[in-house]
Amino acid sequence: MPKNKTVFEDCDILVVGGGMAGTGATFESRYWGRDLKIICVEKANIDRSGAVAQGLYAINCYMGMQWGENMPEDHVRYARNDLMGLVREDLGYDMARHVDSTVHMFDEWGLPMMRNKETGRYQREGKWQIMIHGESYKPIVAEAAKKSANKIYNRIMITHLLKDESNPNRIAGAVGFNMRTGDYHVFKAKAVIVAAGGASHIFKPRAVGEGMGRTWYAPWSNGSAYALPIAAGAKMTQMENRIVLCRFKDGYGPVGAYFLHLKTYTQNANGENYEKKWYEHTKKMVGEYIDHHPTPTCLRNHAFIQEVAAGGGPIHMVTKEAFQDPHLETVGWENFLGMTVGQAVVWASQNIDPKYTNPELTTSEPYVMGSHATCSGAWVSGPEDIAPDDYYWGYNRMTTIEGLFGAGDTVGGSAHKFSSGSFTEGRLAAKAAVKYITDKKANDIKVSDTQYENLREAIYKPLENYQVGRNEITAGTVSPSYLSPIQGLQRLQKIMDEYCGGLTNNYMTNGNLLNKGLEQLSILQEDLEHVGAEDYHQLMRAWELKHRALTSQCVTEHTLFRKETRWPGYYYRGDHMNLDDENWHCLTVSQRDPETGKFTMEKKPVYHIVDEEKKKTA
Amino acid sequence: MSTFVYMTRCDGCGHCVDICPSDIMHIDKTIRRAVNIEPNFCWECYSCVKACPQQAIDVRGYADFAPMGHKVRVLREEKKGTISWKIKFRNGTVKDFVSPITTKPWGKHIPKLAEADSPNQGDMQSQILYNEPHGLNTEKDLPAINKSSFKKGVYY
Repeated sequence: MPKNKTVFEDCDILVVGGGMAGTGATFESRYWGRDLKIICVEKANIDRSGAVAQGLYAINCYMGMQWGENMPEDHVRYARNDLMGLVREDLGYDMARHVDSTVHMFDEWGLPMMRNKETGRYQREGKWQIMIHGESYKPIVAEAAKKSANKIYNRIMITHLLKDESNPNRIAGAVGFNMRTGDYHVFKAKAVIVAAGGASHIFKPRAVGEGMGRTWYAPWSNGSAYALPIAAGAKMTQMENRIVLCRFKDGYGPVGAYFLHLKTYTQNANGENYEKKWYEHTKKMVGEYIDHHPTPTCLRNHAFIQEVAAGGGPIHMVTKEAFQDPHLETVGWENFLGMTVGQAVVWASQNIDPKYTNPELTTSEPYVMGSHATCSGAWVSGPEDIAPDDYYWGYNRMTTIEGLFGAGDTVGGSAHKFSSGSFTEGRLAAKAAVKYITDKKANDIKVSDTQYENLREAIYKPLENYQVGRNEITAGTVSPSYLSPIQGLQRLQKIMDEYCGGLTNNYMTNGNLLNKGLEQLSILQEDLEHVGAEDYHQLMRAWELKHRALTSQCVTEHTLFRKETRWPGYYYRGDHMNLDDENWHCLTVSQRDPETGKFTMEKKPVYHIVDEEKKKTA
Repeated sequence: MSTFVYMTRCDGCGHCVDICPSDIMHIDKTIRRAVNIEPNFCWECYSCVKACPQQAIDVRGYADFAPMGHKVRVLREEKKGTISWKIKFRNGTVKDFVSPITTKPWGKHIPKLAEADSPNQGDMQSQILYNEPHGLNTEKDLPAINKSSFKKGVYY
């Protein structure tokens, strides 16, 4: 039995993850739950954690209702169009109607917003984006969370959720370990808000040497957003809807400001507009979706991928014109320095000055997340006032497990939230969690010592695996008894890459490959019982890997279930190469049985906001 | 890139250890200075570089795609509220940039909600969040949409 000290914390609301969604949840919980004990637990340090750790140069979700720029229903139309018709429009509408008040708070708190000199309004980058000097975005929201929480725990990795023993479908808290002290932490809670990160590094990245850390999404986003609810038996949705990003080569520097503000554009190696060339081809696959405006992100990727496969690469971003304007040149560079410093390093090292050289673009390895131009995540209840009955079971953003809420990457179906929308969703989940507690839904929760003592055993097992196995061998990394976390991670990435639509097959998969992938993943899961961790840091890597592996299984099950190619450019089902609205204009929902580990799949209807006048003409 | 630490500048204070989002900056017990223990898990987020009081941490572009001879240096000055960057290309080209990091004194304008006015019971039952609908700046109620606008099906 591991001898690590146990630290108990009894609280009302436990927020797992202190990124944008988690800080929003922690902040808002205090407003509604004055006397509640609110705890936020974070794997790193909330001053610089999550996807916004290095800052952002834009807030990508702002309506501008005060100036009549956009209304929430406009954002719903935008997000559903970008995701090829499939989003949870109730969740999207709900996020959008609140997001402006979030952004106005950031402004008041000191986040430097750029302003349009003529209108005095926030400087628009595009229809939805506003530009900021956001280097300190994360420290600012962290301070808001610190002022609201009873306590913030840094450097604790949450590995499992606790379940109520009197009602197996109710949450009771979470457990994890401190990667510095090794202490075992048991958080008993009335409500838990999972605000952890999506998943990078489940597919083999383009760079596999030292540069593997330069993924588009942060390498510390290890899929806990999904693994925690999946393992607890919560229903998940649209997990097949992974995202591939078209970004500057090697550094994955963002292109939003370049396209929208600098008005740069792409061309193939011969200086041609290649997107036009693939119009008819794409139309055969997806029909009229290719005529939608703006062109859905996946379809633009699709043209890029086809053009490169046909020999038209490299694809360039034409920057030489825009960068002649010194102001735009500054924006172009500061855009990276504010959120992807690595791209500036790549250009400096390769002597790429976009004033004189048009930089190369690339498409990334796939990622699974719920807050960007994609919407994988937990199947949650919508808000009482607008959610259709199929989407409503009592508390906004509550998963199918009572008392387990989600926000940010955790919530499925609500695409295009980005940083501001994730913070907003945290606020929504927080208010609902307070209501859940004040409605006395969390009374008489029972957690026995056995439950958390069994988990303690499982959590520290990788340390023992290493200790025992290491004594068998002289030195080195090769053991017949254990796998190191990096060895397991590389195996996971290879399986996902080759069987589930990664880079190697140009994002192509099919039923046979997916079935084989599931087989390999299940063997990997068995082997992960033998992952060995040398120290507490590696123990964290071991649990990150386990969360990634569980997330990957769910992604692969979903990808197998949806027998169509809904998002060409994100992935392709070679055995079902066309979009099929007749059979698949629906949301996919999975549930993993915590006892057997088996997934069951179902279809759920999509509800669209249909305007009265449009309905008449339809 | 990945971070590395200059031997003569690091005094082992551990600020980088405290801040690193990837938990890869550790203190080496023999030399009692910081070291990046897992360069392939570095996102080059510069959190440690900015936090280092000795400017002891620098970055060398990832070996698999960044040629040598470049530098991207940063100075984050909390009191001044600015961040300054110097980019040096392999061919010697230099570019400098300065940006604001805040518009307000740190810690003064973020409310402590435990001390804010208590929400009334009606607000708890409504859809509004803290500082709404006022904080929307629209002088209107929080937008809502009729449930019957949501139609099941393919067309919209």
